[in-house]
Amino acid sequence: MGQQAEAILHETEAHDAHHEMSFWDKYIFSVDHKIIGFQYMFTGLIMAAIGGYFAYAFRMQLAWPGEEVPFYGLVDAAKYNMLVTNHGTIMIFWVAMPVLIAAFGNWLIPLMIGCDDMVFPRLNRLSYQIFLVSALVLILSFFVTGGGFGGAWTSYPPLSAVAAYNLTNWGASLWLLAVFLEIVAFLLGGINFVTTTMNARAPGMGMMDIPIVVWMINIAVILFMASVGPLVAGAVMLFFDQRLGTSFFIPSGGGDPLLWEHLFWFFGHPEVYVVLLPTMGIVAEIITVFSRKKLFGYRTILYTAFGTGGLSFIVWAHHQFVAGIDPRMANVFVVTTILISIPIAEMLFSFIATLYGGSIEFSTPMLWALGFLVSFLIGGVTGIYLGASALDVYFHDSYFVIAHFHYTFFPITIIGMFAAITYWFPKMFGRMMDETLNKIHFWGTFIPFNGLFLPLFLVGMAGQHRRIADFTQYPDLASPDLQSIRIFATVSLVILLLFQFVFIYNFFNSMFKGKKAPLNPWKANTLEWTVSSPPPHGNFAELPTIYRGPYEYSVPGREEDYWPQHLAPNQ
Amino acid sequence: MSLQGPIATHRMRTGIPTGRLAVWWGLASEIFIFGGLIMCFLLFKFNNAPGFEDADMTSTAAGAFNTFVLLTSSLSIVLAHAAAEKGDIQASFRYIWFTIGGGLVFLLVKTYEYSSKIYGGITLTENVFWSFYFTATGLHALHVIGGMVIMGMISFDVRKNHNLQRVELIGLYWHFVDIVWIFLFPILYIANF
Ligand code: HEM
Ligand SMILES: [Cu+2]
Repeated sequence: MGQQAEAILHETEAHDAHHEMSFWDKYIFSVDHKIIGFQYMFTGLIMAAIGGYFAYAFRMQLAWPGEEVPFYGLVDAAKYNMLVTNHGTIMIFWVAMPVLIAAFGNWLIPLMIGCDDMVFPRLNRLSYQIFLVSALVLILSFFVTGGGFGGAWTSYPPLSAVAAYNLTNWGASLWLLAVFLEIVAFLLGGINFVTTTMNARAPGMGMMDIPIVVWMINIAVILFMASVGPLVAGAVMLFFDQRLGTSFFIPSGGGDPLLWEHLFWFFGHPEVYVVLLPTMGIVAEIITVFSRKKLFGYRTILYTAFGTGGLSFIVWAHHQFVAGIDPRMANVFVVTTILISIPIAEMLFSFIATLYGGSIEFSTPMLWALGFLVSFLIGGVTGIYLGASALDVYFHDSYFVIAHFHYTFFPITIIGMFAAITYWFPKMFGRMMDETLNKIHFWGTFIPFNGLFLPLFLVGMAGQHRRIADFTQYPDLASPDLQSIRIFATVSLVILLLFQFVFIYNFFNSMFKGKKAPLNPWKANTLEWTVSSPPPHGNFAELPTIYRGPYEYSVPGREEDYWPQHLAPNQ
Repeated sequence: MSLQGPIATHRMRTGIPTGRLAVWWGLASEIFIFGGLIMCFLLFKFNNAPGFEDADMTSTAAGAFNTFVLLTSSLSIVLAHAAAEKGDIQASFRYIWFTIGGGLVFLLVKTYEYSSKIYGGITLTENVFWSFYFTATGLHALHVIGGMVIMGMISFDVRKNHNLQRVELIGLYWHFVDIVWIFLFPILYIANF
C-alpha cells in the first residue's frame, strides 16, 4: 500500500495556520479530531437507520409473509436475501465500527490523554473520506442491475464468487469493494489512534493512568489490524474470482471454498472483540462515575482484555463445526471457545464489583450501562452453549444463533452507542439532554429489544433456520404457534423503532435548545471534562499535566468525592 | 495555532519519533496482509492442489537476478539514509535515485517475465498456482511502484534540505518490500520443495 506510506509521510509536514475558516473548511474538510469524530458519528447513525429499516422490511415479511410491507413494498426471496445481507454488513462495518471506534476514538483519545489533536490530522481526514466513499459504494450497490448482494455478510464462495449462482453480478463486486475500502479506512485511522496514544500523552500520564476506554479502543484497533490482514488478501482473491475468472475459492477450478471460511472467521471472531472492547471501556467510565467508586481492578481489566484479545485468534473454527472440518480439530476449538469466556466474565465481574457498595445514581447513561451488562450476559451465556460442538450441530444456522449474537451485538452497538452519546453529549454540544425523554427512550428501547430477541431463542430451538424468506413453505415451521411468536417479535421491533424518534427529537432539540451544560456535569475525573464545552480547536487553553489515575473517586480524607487527574496534589 | 501543526505531533513519549512509529504500524498491517496471502499459498501447496508443480516453469534465473537487484537497492537506500544523517544531501539524493533505478530494473525484468508467460499462453486463470503467481507478484510490484513514486517525491525535498527524516521512513518501507520478495522468491521460483 504505497499510498498509505505516502499519506503517513505527508502528515509529518507542517500545516498552515487556521484563520477564519469557511463552512467547508470547518465542517467538511476539517482536520480537527472532534469534527472528524462527528463525521463518523453522523455517517454511522444514518447507516444505522438504513440497517434498521432493512431489519424492519425483512421482519415484516416474516410476520406477514407475501404481504406488501408499508413503506417498503413486496419482499420476494431475492430482496429478502439482499436485505439480510446488507443489514448485517451495515450494522457491523458501517455502524458498530465507525461509531464505537472511529467516532468515540476520535473524540476521546486526544481529549482524554491531554493533547490538542491526533498526531496525523490529515491522515485522520483521509481515513474518514475513504470511509465515506466506502459507504457510498455500498449504497450504490443496492441500485445496480440485479440488485444488491444477497450472499450473506459472510459471503461464502462459490455462491459469492460466481455471478451465475448469486445472480448479483455487480452487486456482489461492489459489496466486496465497499468492505475492502472500509477496512482500508480503519487501518489508516488505527495507525493514527495507536501512535497518538503511544506518543502524545500529556506529561505525567503513565501507561496505567490512561482511561480504560482509551486502552480498549487501542486494543481493539490492534486486534483489528492483526486479524483483518488475511481477509484483505482473501478479498482480493475473491474479487479476482468474481471479475477475472480465477478459481481461488471455486472448487470446479481447483479452488477451496473452505479456505475463505477460515480467512473470514479468522477475522470474524476477533471482530466481535474489536467492537466489544470499546463498549466495555465506555461502560467502565460510566459505571465508575455513577457509582462514585474507584474502578475495581484497573489492571485486571486490562489483563483480561489482553487475554481475550490473544485467545480470540484461536477460536474461529467454532463457526465451522458443520462445515466439514476434522472433528478432532473441532474439539480443540470447543476448548478454546469455552476458555475465552473466562477473561470476559472476569471483566464483567470487575464492573459488578465496582458497582457493589457504590452510591449509585440512575442517570440515563448509567441505565444504558447497566442495561448493557444485563443483556450482554445473556448473549455471553448462550454463546457457551453454541461453543460446544455437540449442541452447535443442532443450533447452527438457526434462530438460536441469531438471538445469541443479537444479544451480544445489540448491547454492544446500540446500547453502547446510546450510553456513550448520553454520557458525552454535554461535552460534545455544550448542552444537557432532556432526562425525562432520555429515560422514556431507554425503556422504549430496552423492553422491546428483549421482546424482539428473547422469542427468537424459542423459534430457534424449534428448528427455525435463518436466512429463509418465507416459513409457510416449510410445513414443520408453518404452525400458528410459531407464526404468532414471529409476529410478537416483529411488533416489538416496530415499537423499538418508533421510540427512536423520541431520541432523534431529543437529540436535535437538546443540541440547540437544551439547558447549558456546566463544564463537568457528572463530576468526573478524566481530562475531557476540564475543557470548555464544546471544546475549541486545539482543545486545551493550557495543555495539562497529570498527577494521578482516572478513577480516584470518594478518596478518604478529601472533601470532594472526586479528584480530577490534572489537579496538582496540593490543590 | 502554530505553523508546526498540532503539538501532539511533536510529542515523543515512547522516545520513538511519531513518523517512524506510524510507519512501523503501517508495515505491521501489511505484514498481516502478505502473511495471509503466503499462508493461503502454502495451504494449497501442502494440500497437493493441482498445478503447483508448475513452479518449475518460472524462471529461477530471472527471480534470482531480481532478488539481487532488490537487495542492492536496499543497501543503497541505507546509504541514502546515512548520507542524510550526515547532512550530505547531494549524496543522499544520488543514492535515492540509485534505489529508484533498482526498482526500475526490477520492474523491467518482471515485465519480461509476465509477457513471456502471457505470450506462451499462460495467464492468471491457467490454474491456482498461476493465479497466485500473478496475484502475489502483481501486488508486490504495485508496492514497488508506490515506493518508487514516494521516493522520487522525497528526493526533491531532500535536495532542498527538507524533511530529511523521511529518507529513513521510506527506507523502512523499501526493506519491507524487499523482505516480501525474499518470501515470494523461494515459494514461486525455487520450484518444488
Ligand atoms: C434493529 C434491530 C435488529 C433486528 C430486528 C435484527 C434482526 C435480524 C434478523 C431477524 C436476522 C436474521 C435474518 C435471517 O437470517 O433471515 C439478522 C441478521 C443479522 N444481524 Fe440483525 N437485527 C438488528 C440489529 C442488529 C445489530 C445492531 C447488529 C450488529 C451490530 C446486527 C447484525 C446482524 C448480522 C451480522 C446478521 C447476519 C446477516 C446474515 O445472515 O448475513 N443486527 N438480524
Ligand atoms: Cu466466533
